[in-house]
Amino acid sequence: MQDIEKLRFAKSHEWIAPDGTVGITDHAQKEVTDVVFVELPPLGKSAAQDGEVATLESVKAAFPINAPVAGKVSAVNDKVAKNPELINQAPYGDGWLFKLDVADAGSLKSLMTNAQYEEFLKTDAAHP
Amino acid sequence: MTELSRVSPKHTPLYNWHKAHGARFIDFGGWEMPVQYTSIVAEHEAVRKTAGLFDISHMGEVFVEGPASLDFLQNLCTNDIATIEDGQAVYSHICNPQGGIIDDIFVYCLKFPSRYLVVVNASTSDKDFEWMKKNSRAGVELRNESDKWSMVAAQGPKAVQAAGNIFKSIPERHRVLETVFEGSPCFICRTGYTGEDGVEVIAPNAVIEKLADAFDLTPCGLGARDTLRLEAGYLLYGNDMDETLTPLEAGVPWAVKFDKGDFIGKDALAAQKNGGLKRKLTAFKLLERGVPRHGFKILCGANVAGLVTSGTFSPTLKTGIAMGYIPVGLSGPFAIECNGRAVPAETTRLPFYSGSKK
Repeated sequence: MQDIEKLRFAKSHEWIAPDGTVGITDHAQKEVTDVVFVELPPLGKSAAQDGEVATLESVKAAFPINAPVAGKVSAVNDKVAKNPELINQAPYGDGWLFKLDVADAGSLKSLMTNAQYEEFLKTDAAHP
Repeated sequence: MTELSRVSPKHTPLYNWHKAHGARFIDFGGWEMPVQYTSIVAEHEAVRKTAGLFDISHMGEVFVEGPASLDFLQNLCTNDIATIEDGQAVYSHICNPQGGIIDDIFVYCLKFPSRYLVVVNASTSDKDFEWMKKNSRAGVELRNESDKWSMVAAQGPKAVQAAGNIFKSIPERHRVLETVFEGSPCFICRTGYTGEDGVEVIAPNAVIEKLADAFDLTPCGLGARDTLRLEAGYLLYGNDMDETLTPLEAGVPWAVKFDKGDFIGKDALAAQKNGGLKRKLTAFKLLERGVPRHGFKILCGANVAGLVTSGTFSPTLKTGIAMGYIPVGLSGPFAIECNGRAVPAETTRLPFYSGSKK
């Protein structure tokens, strides 16, 4: 389980931990509903900030997952590929998706803190 | 500007009940309805394994009364309404003169041949009622009482048991019973659209919340209702059927009775039957990972054979399932294009899954 206060958040509802671990927020998992398939990126894949790197499929729809910052995929969570429901059950824990070798540690500063994300959720921009 | 011109959504009398149970809402043909309370998959599994409760109050109730009721319904419906007696129900289509499906309905016989209850789809209820009035005759009184009645569906292998805790007697499959709940008249129908055994209870708006509480079942939203009905091979009006498609193309020829006398659409349907179908609703199961969805392309070899009208991930079969119209006589190989990827698929017979219904 991640310490939420140490996470940084993207407007597309992904979080990233200081060590580069990426997942989706609790708000996002509720919006996505029951995840049934996860398409994870191959190891070593380079991603630009906000570039699409993975896909979640729920009963409801398909949802693209973006890299919160630029980096290279250094690990993927095989457990969620086998048990996609982990994303709904533990979005900040066992439901993490992949890990990024962050290209520029300073880029995390462009993201929101938990408090800022909570405020963002109250705006229309958070609910396209 | 858009705020002012927005049409406010319709709510069923259970709207506050849904909110109290943590529902998330979607628009369904102008109605703000619960899509899920906790999880579509959990609610789906509740219905397959035990029982769940759906609010289907948005559906319409039309009462047909008078000595010419049966004659009127025989002309209106494709199925043979004369075969049902007091307390029996039958599924039918209402077609236009070209054989196109105006709606799919359930007809309940309350008193042969002069008193019937017709349950119609929510989005089509006004259109249906206009069509009924247009084709009415002397000796028939039509009353659209959709605003007065609410309806809940208790579905699943344990649903009848739950109903038995509320009502003294429960009708047999495809039968209806007029009874009383909290001093109000109501109808218990042993019907449903999930593939499971269960009841649909029509009761006045004022008592529906008490009735929903009395069932004490897992509340289920339209999300689970859609995955359940699709697994059971049931078609959704507006998705899988519309006025450009006939019951024969939709794969429900058993609901068209050519030998019962005249009815609206009969000539067109007979011509189509004799001439042979050009396209037909076909069911597909994906052979690899993917979730087919409404509007995705059905491929036969390199060609687009049709579009998915309904598709989902089947929580029971743990695979992608879909239906759509394709030309008759294609032998494949089939695939469904899911997000730009052609996922191999095989045709299959409906239903995808047989539940506890008898």
